[in-house]
Amino acid sequence: MKEFSVNSTFLYCVAAIVIAFVLLQSAVFLVRAWKRARALGIEAAALKRIAMSSAVFTIAPAVAILLGVITLSKALGLPLPWLRLSVVGALTYELPAATAAATAAGASLSEQVQDPTVFSAIAWVMTLGIIPGVLYIPFLMKRIQGGLSRLKSRDEAWSAIFMDALFLGMISAFLGMIFKDIRSGLSGWIPVFVMLVSALLLALCGLIMKKFKIKWLEDFALSICMLSSMALSIPITNWLS
Amino acid sequence: MKQSRALTYEEATHRIGRIWMLSAAALFLLVPVSVSIFYDAWPPIKLVGEGLLGVAPIFWTVGVIEAFTFIPMLGSGGSYLAFVTGNLTNLKVPCVLNALQAAKIDPGTEKAEAVSTIAVAVSSIVTTLIIALGVILLGSVQPILQSPALAPAFENILPALFGALAVVFVSKAWKIAIAPLVFMTALFIAVPSLAGSVGVLVPVGAALAMGAARILYKKNLL
Repeated sequence: MKEFSVNSTFLYCVAAIVIAFVLLQSAVFLVRAWKRARALGIEAAALKRIAMSSAVFTIAPAVAILLGVITLSKALGLPLPWLRLSVVGALTYELPAATAAATAAGASLSEQVQDPTVFSAIAWVMTLGIIPGVLYIPFLMKRIQGGLSRLKSRDEAWSAIFMDALFLGMISAFLGMIFKDIRSGLSGWIPVFVMLVSALLLALCGLIMKKFKIKWLEDFALSICMLSSMALSIPITNWLS
Repeated sequence: MKQSRALTYEEATHRIGRIWMLSAAALFLLVPVSVSIFYDAWPPIKLVGEGLLGVAPIFWTVGVIEAFTFIPMLGSGGSYLAFVTGNLTNLKVPCVLNALQAAKIDPGTEKAEAVSTIAVAVSSIVTTLIIALGVILLGSVQPILQSPALAPAFENILPALFGALAVVFVSKAWKIAIAPLVFMTALFIAVPSLAGSVGVLVPVGAALAMGAARILYKKNLL
């Protein structure tokens, strides 16, 4: 049996191959969508602004995902968490999956996994636990999109409202979650204050955009508000804790 | 003789999307296979089964729910990519909302389909690069990222993200937002432990919002 390490060159190579594949898929979809958007009459300059806005918007959540990689790396080394959180997964899936597999094997994630069979079992559970989520899409996609097209052709006004309602449903779930700790005292209100600061900053951006007609601010307003309120959460936390 | 015709963009997206998605699934499956072969460490089926029993019933159900919830939001191209690259609720869906909002494009349109795919693709590439850079520079970035001084910023990423998003979307359709917002706030205050299952509650919020919207629409109140 080859000597096992959670940080072996072999595991890094496996991770790199999968990540390269996903990067290639992203590049292919980007080029196709870009051409399609141009064909639909969206100017190249507008598309560049959309791409830049999306890139900036991604930075803070991506750094948070990197923190997830670091968290998992203590037990699983770097390559497997790097791979899992760069594709398909999210920490909310990967951590319970790894914990369930480790527990079944009588191991713990509080220390680095040394046994290749335990590591392999964790990799299997992480993969099989989440892969149906990928497999459902090709089979459900046409059906769901077909339903939406029929809805749109039957009643366009309701179709637009339906989409708004869908987005609002998701936003409501996350906004509600922000209030989860308010019964625990003042520190439980910190996420609520951060949310309010973020909302106020966006309202302020809106006013500035209207008054001074700053076009670029429109593309980055959400990112600026997110990053600023994350930064402001530090003094808010220090003040209320 | 049967006449062949060029595929529309939508049809081609489904064809390419299926090929990429199924290839990705096969590749993901090859990861544990290669680990098992390389280290000659095939875990007992019972062990994998026991591990799966702890997570699969929830994950597999949530997978179906997520498909019905997020495909309409992300469009076809965006979904084929986002479900492979992951991190939907904490990144890809908000990123699409940000892009549509900045470009002033209505969801569900042809332009939205293209713009959503661009947003998901750019976000996936940037995420991959940031994580790769972070892994390469781990020694230098770890002490900074895990410093207690910065901890509140990362703990509050969702309030920071959804606070701003709420202003944009709730102000657009506040009448629809009232019912799901009140319900979700009350639910999480009553049962804080549900925070771990927020993904499952997204479709509940969506169903409530759609129900409220339908009533208001029928009564001509929107």
